Amino acid sequence: MTATRTRTPAPAAAAEGRTTYRDAMREAMREAMRADERVFLMGEDVGRYGGCFGVSLGLLEEFGPERIRDAPLSESAFVGAGIGAALVGMRPIVEIMTVNFSLLALDQILNNAATLLHMSGGQLEVPIVIRMTTGAGRQLAAQHSHSLEGWYAHIPGLRVLAPATVADARYMLAPALADPDPVLIFEHGSLYNVSAELPAGPGFPGIERAVVRRPGTDVSVITYGGSLPKALAAADDLAEAGISAEVVDLRSLRPLDDATLGDSVARTHRAVVVDEGWRTGSLAAEISARLTEGHFYDLDAPVERVCSAEVPIPYARALEAAALPQADTIVAAARRAVGDPAPARADTADQRPTAGRPS
Amino acid sequence: MSAFTMPSLGADMDEGVLREWLVGPGDPVRRGDVVAIVETDKAAIEVECFESGTVGRLLVPPGTRVPVGTPLAEIEHGREPAGPARKDTLKPGTRARPAGPEPGKESAGRAANAVDSPARPAPEPSGEAACAGAGPLVRHLAQLRGVDLTALSGTGPGGRITRADVEHAPSPRAPRVRATPYARRLARDLGIDLTAVRGTGDGGAVRGVDVRTAAQGADVRAGAQADAAARPAEFRRESEQRTPPAAPAEEHPGRRTDTMRRAIAELMSRSKREIPHYYLATTIDLTAGQTWLRRINRGRPPADRLVPAALLMKAAALAAREVPALNGYWRDEGFVPGTEINVGVAVSLRQGGLLSPVIHRADTLAPETLMAHLKDLVERARRGRLRGSETTGATLTVTNLGEQGVESVFGVIHPPQVALVGFGAVVERPWARNGMLGVCPVVTVTLAADHRATDGAVGARYLTAVDRLLQRPEEL
Repeated sequence: MTATRTRTPAPAAAAEGRTTYRDAMREAMREAMRADERVFLMGEDVGRYGGCFGVSLGLLEEFGPERIRDAPLSESAFVGAGIGAALVGMRPIVEIMTVNFSLLALDQILNNAATLLHMSGGQLEVPIVIRMTTGAGRQLAAQHSHSLEGWYAHIPGLRVLAPATVADARYMLAPALADPDPVLIFEHGSLYNVSAELPAGPGFPGIERAVVRRPGTDVSVITYGGSLPKALAAADDLAEAGISAEVVDLRSLRPLDDATLGDSVARTHRAVVVDEGWRTGSLAAEISARLTEGHFYDLDAPVERVCSAEVPIPYARALEAAALPQADTIVAAARRAVGDPAPARADTADQRPTAGRPS
Repeated sequence: MSAFTMPSLGADMDEGVLREWLVGPGDPVRRGDVVAIVETDKAAIEVECFESGTVGRLLVPPGTRVPVGTPLAEIEHGREPAGPARKDTLKPGTRARPAGPEPGKESAGRAANAVDSPARPAPEPSGEAACAGAGPLVRHLAQLRGVDLTALSGTGPGGRITRADVEHAPSPRAPRVRATPYARRLARDLGIDLTAVRGTGDGGAVRGVDVRTAAQGADVRAGAQADAAARPAEFRRESEQRTPPAAPAEEHPGRRTDTMRRAIAELMSRSKREIPHYYLATTIDLTAGQTWLRRINRGRPPADRLVPAALLMKAAALAAREVPALNGYWRDEGFVPGTEINVGVAVSLRQGGLLSPVIHRADTLAPETLMAHLKDLVERARRGRLRGSETTGATLTVTNLGEQGVESVFGVIHPPQVALVGFGAVVERPWARNGMLGVCPVVTVTLAADHRATDGAVGARYLTAVDRLLQRPEEL
């Protein structure tokens, strides 16, 4: 794990106005802790090391060990501790290194955080925010690269957010902390170094809604998180081919903003869902099903899905790239949807479910 | 081997939709068997096979619109079916037409039949009779799945319809069009028939853009063609027996009428545009006819009684024999006399529109036979169950608006025919004869004739002949 850490010196604020996703996230936590003394950060290496991905770099110095707490290597223990703290009125931010490790805390998240309000007859709120890294693309191999946020989106009682832009990284945390129920924030590992101009606070669309990142008329490319930049790149390519793609960023994976998705598809009549999770039983499957249920008579083509190949994410760079949704596979899917098949791509890896073991 | 082709079911028919196959590959057929149902702009028509043999491949799937003359199926002549074709036993209504020229015998037989059994079995294949060989399970399944047992050929012992036959029977519903949901919605909103839209999507799927294109095309073409294609798939008896397809069901009757209206409009416009009509009329004393009718109707049950219409029809047909210049067609090269006297009968439909089924060689039929034919044809025309041979070949048309109460009708000739005979109501009028005034039943007979083919004198001779014939009804 340590070998692959990306440590960057903390640029308190990069060039004027521009900031990175990582810095935006840090700034959000800093702001939250300044505003509310009940807020504290807990997780593996968040303090002295500055966070596995450098998100909390410098916070220990600013807020001290009481509020920036290094936790032992037991996800179940420190997530459980965070839930306990939330139950007694604190506003914990718990950082889990990657979504793969969150499985060790799944019992706490599902059986406690997501259910206590219900089990207690509404007496026990669990205002915890759990942040974690997700996704592939950095050659971290099969135990650090999976996209399991779709699993969490399956669970009633949780709110699941996937900030894909610097602005969302900056502004989603505050409403997440304000939510009296557990909120999971999935930060795609490939986004931390993305930098962008940070818009001013007002105009932030909240955490309930999906947002059209790029308007278009021919096909809706629906995605979230780390796949958003790929979808936008695909939309550029499609535009050159005369296909106007609308890119919709889900932002909230649970609950899903059916209205925005539906409105988009009602305009374009075609949908491509891009999801870095595996195709089978995926969030993309859920979206496809909802579009079919709610907008059957708007659909002019089968809903296309671009998902990860159904294999453990490979380590080798070329194989990893081939296993993930990419701009060109999104372009191909969009062309299929609009019935304008491009020079065919031989690669259909993302088309078929495959077993983990070649059969 | 020969081909069974899309027949021309009327001079104005260029193409038709093969709606349903009543036979399958391997079925023996005999000349005159009804093998398919074809939908024209006007009606769904049972089409007969003109050869005997065995059905080979079916070349055109149901629901396809093809031009007249397109091969629809192969007929193999290797072996003649031994007994009567199975269709005969399955479908009491679809009797083979006489193959040879023995009209007298045949018509006598039919007449006797008609007279003997007052409750004539409906010409429609009745469900019970057809299902006689099918067990209750099969019948239940058929009803459940909306399968018409009469259209199935059984594979069980003795041609019995088995459960598997029903389960493998094609769905009676309209052929499924491969179209996206959006295209379907759009088509419904724009009133476009998907079956007429060429799909450009995956596997020929109709997509939204195809419907839009079709809609634009339809606007330009004033909709005639598109609407002809927009014929509902299910029209005939399905409405009672089968669940019609959900979406366009409510539009059916109106659409059909529209289409027919348009076909009539086209034909009648052509007639008035091309044919220089002249009109003659005469009023005929029908005392002799009425007296004769009263005499022969005495003792007959009401259902079998002859009505004046039969006499008038017979007289009109016989008169054409005397004046052959009115019986035939006007072609580009001139008048072509008809080889037979086939009388088209204008039948008005309750939902509007009209059909003109044909009584072949009407001049050779006894009035009773003529009347039986007339009743049968009118009934079936109104139910949209005419056979191909019954819609073609008319050499002269007769229209009788008497039952509507009018006294004279000046008709529009059905091209390419050259004359149309009209009868009004039989009414009592003061009538002078031999210097004496009396009250007599009279009928006004009119003639609309094509001045290119004949002149007024010919027409006058015709009407005079009708008059003379009606004075000797016993000879009709």
